[in-house]
Formats: sequence, C-alpha cells, structure tokens
Amino acid sequence: MSETRYSKDHEYIRVEGDVGVVGISDYAQSQLGDVVFVELPATGKALSKGAEAAVVESVKAASEVYAPVSGEVTAVNSALEKAPGTINEDPQGEGWFMKIKLSNPSELGDLMSEADYKTYLASL
Amino acid sequence: MTEILSDAPVLHTALHDRHVSLGARMVPFAGYDMPVQYPTGILAEHQWARTHAGLFDVSHMGQAFLVGPDHETTARALEALAPADFLNLRPGQQRYSQFLTQDGGIIDDFMVTRSADPDENGTLMLVVNAGRKEVDFAHLAAHLPPSVKLMLAPHRGLLALQGPEAARVLSRHCPAASDMPFMTAISTSFDAIPCLVSRSGYSGEDGFEISVRNDKIAVVNERLLAAPEVKPIGLGARDSLRLEAGLCLYGHDIDTTTSPVEAGLQWSIQKRRREEGGFPGDARIQRELSDGPSRRRVGILPEGRAPAREGTVITDLAGNTIGTITSGGFGPTLNGPLAMGYVDSAHAALGTKVNLVVRGNPLPAIISAMPFVPTRYFRSA
Repeated sequence: MSETRYSKDHEYIRVEGDVGVVGISDYAQSQLGDVVFVELPATGKALSKGAEAAVVESVKAASEVYAPVSGEVTAVNSALEKAPGTINEDPQGEGWFMKIKLSNPSELGDLMSEADYKTYLASL
Repeated sequence: MTEILSDAPVLHTALHDRHVSLGARMVPFAGYDMPVQYPTGILAEHQWARTHAGLFDVSHMGQAFLVGPDHETTARALEALAPADFLNLRPGQQRYSQFLTQDGGIIDDFMVTRSADPDENGTLMLVVNAGRKEVDFAHLAAHLPPSVKLMLAPHRGLLALQGPEAARVLSRHCPAASDMPFMTAISTSFDAIPCLVSRSGYSGEDGFEISVRNDKIAVVNERLLAAPEVKPIGLGARDSLRLEAGLCLYGHDIDTTTSPVEAGLQWSIQKRRREEGGFPGDARIQRELSDGPSRRRVGILPEGRAPAREGTVITDLAGNTIGTITSGGFGPTLNGPLAMGYVDSAHAALGTKVNLVVRGNPLPAIISAMPFVPTRYFRSA
C-alpha cells in the first residue's frame, strides 16, 4: 500500500514503508517544458525538509527540486542523466529522481494528499 | 534580439488571439504578451525550424522608415549614428548595424534596408528590437537632420519564416521570393496582399521576414500555417536557434557597455567607415580595431552536460575570474549545452580551457568557434 503526497513546490513523494520515492509532478514537468539536464544528489546524502535536493533544467531555465521530507538518499535514478526527457514522459513513474529513507515520517502530514493537490492546482 | 521582462504586459500583436487558440504558453516579453512555446515544446519547434520551416510572429519588433530627399542625405544621417556603410547600399540591399553611444557602446542593434523602389529614393527601412524601440526612436528623433523624417510603422506586423523549406513555401504565394539573395529585400505581394519581404532572419537558417499591414497579417499567417512544411514557433526556440547560430541578443550579449568590436561585430563596420570614422565612439572603435579590445565575446562549450546560464562566472584553470557568460543554455541541434560570453582577450583564443562556476562548482569548458551549428543562409549561384 503506497500513498503519494505533494508539496506546494510540486514535488511528490510516494511512500512505501519508511522509504519515499521523490520526483516532480506532472504539472511541474508541463510548466518546465522539455527537460534537458538533471543533477541528482549523492547516495547517502542527508537532506533536511525543504533543502535543495536536485536541479532540473529545461531549454529555458534551471529549477531546484527540494526535499519534501527529511531523510537520507538511498538511491537515485541515474538513468535520467542520459535520458532527462523521461521526466516529461513519465514524471511519476520512470521519471523519479531519488529515494529517501524518512527520518521524520510525521513531516508527511505537512504535505498535500492527491485530492488536496488537485484543489491546489485548480487555485493556481 | 532583446528581452525585457515586465510584470504587466499590456501590448498584443495582431496575432495574439491566434497564438492563444493554437495553445501557446504566453509570457511577458518587452511589454508584449508573446508565445514562448506551443504545445509541442521548444525542442520539437527548434528541430522543426532546422529541418522544415518555422513561422514566428515578431510583430513586437519596431518598424520605421527614414525618409529624406535622396539616398545620400538619408544614408549620411544614419551614418552619423551607426558605423556601417549605408551610403553604398544598393537599392534593395539590407545591412546589420548598431546605434552607438558617444563612447561606442551599443544602444541597440538593427537591420536597415534601402528601398528597391526608384520612387522611394531616400527611404531606408529600419527594424529594431522590441525592448529598445522607444529608446531608438527618441534617439533618432533627437539627432536626425530636419530634412530626414522618422516615420514609425506601428500599423505593420512582421512574420519570420525560417528554415530550409521556407523558400519553397513562400514562393507559392510570392514567386519573386525564391531567387532573392541573402540580405536583400523587395516590395512585393503575398497572393494579392502588399508586403515587404527580406531574405534574412535570426535562426541561422535560410529564411524571410515579411512585413505586412496588421489588418492583413492574419491572412498571411493562416496561409503559411496551412502549408504542411510550416509550424508556429515561439520565442523559446527563437532563442535556442539564435544561440546555436552565434547571434547576439540585445540586453544580454550586447548593451551600452559593450562595443561592436568587443562583441565581435567588426564585420558589420565596412572599410570606408573604419577609415573615415564619423560615427559615435569612432575613436574607441578605431583604437580597438587596431590594437584589439581588452575583452571579447566568445563561444563557450561546456565539456559536460550541465548548461551554464547567463551570469555564470568564467575563470581560468587557476580560478581567476576572466569573464562572464551572457547567454547560455541547451542547443537542441548541437544536443548539448552551449554559451557565449565575454572573456579577457588574453583568454579568448579558440581552444582555451576555462572553468564555468555553476552552483559553486567549477565545470570544465572550452573557448569555441561560433556559429555552433553551421549557418545555411541562401547564396545565389
């Protein structure tokens, strides 16, 4: 059983046990446009909630991806480095950025549910 | 060629509603609400313009005519403000130049065309950057002699049709277009619609710019879009195309602090003007032409995949700052990052290894020739 939660900066985290798969939402990829470069954190890096975790660049601009929760990076999707367009094609599937082992699962409560995120997007 | 972001775009080109209906993402640009991309995205638009024909609405650019009693009077009036040889322009010939400050900085860059029509002897047509048109027109109004009038043309829109299939498409509506040499212009008609067509552009490809009255531009736009070779292209791909072609963007790669020689635009200052001077900043420019400028605009290729954006510091391998990137991003045709910027002349030689400081990390890069992608301007046999 997994649950996906969203930040106001359009990161998602899909939680499976004590590990969350982090990426950017479909809305975020559509706003960025064609992704041409991604910079991922080192495995083992400790991230605090809201810290810069990765960089994603479109033809036009660079954007930061923030850690939606605190924890340790346990894996990164290095396939994105050769195929950054995957982030546009399948942002919440093959286009994931990193896995984070949650150090404070209660932080998930600060993030939006799928339904709340849809409401949030409608308000933008 | 320019980019000024404004919080409150209030101006629309005559094609604004059509861009919206095509699904464009609209952004503020030089006071206009302009399409940055259509639904297919910048990469696809860029590749389309390189392989077929892309249609750009560039009606936000400033169009105007200088009208004097004869060619010599009008040309000399413009030569007092810009360093190109306008006196020896042939009828129908187009040239690139820059308005200069008294110390040789660039107020704006522009295209000028001598009318091909014998009845318009003494008329030069100008196309200037959207974000600078008010400054340019005030500058002209303040400095032109009484015998040369500045006539603004806000009633005209401008379309750019760029790409290897542009000539084939345009010649269906405008048969005279296909034989035009690069950097010439004619007064002609598109089907039955009067227009001014020049063979020029801002993509590095063969192509045309079509100046037509705003009340007719939608017809021209639709007939061009109806061609299977043509897709609409936004400002995002316009920027990546010009960057691959090594062309300057005003407000980024050139401004009032850069001279044409520093910017590598000395090719646009013809021999007579170099020798005679007689334009603003002539002493500095003649000195830079003979002794070399202290800094130069160069092409820069990062060795890795990370783009280096405008404002990125350039250092030598010892870490000393030697310059700054003025335009940088990703080249879809190059399939990699690319940039241009200014470096101290001692470090400007092709092949020089430098570092680009991106997010605090020095990334290796190399001073490289421009254009990054070979230009394919039309040359008649």
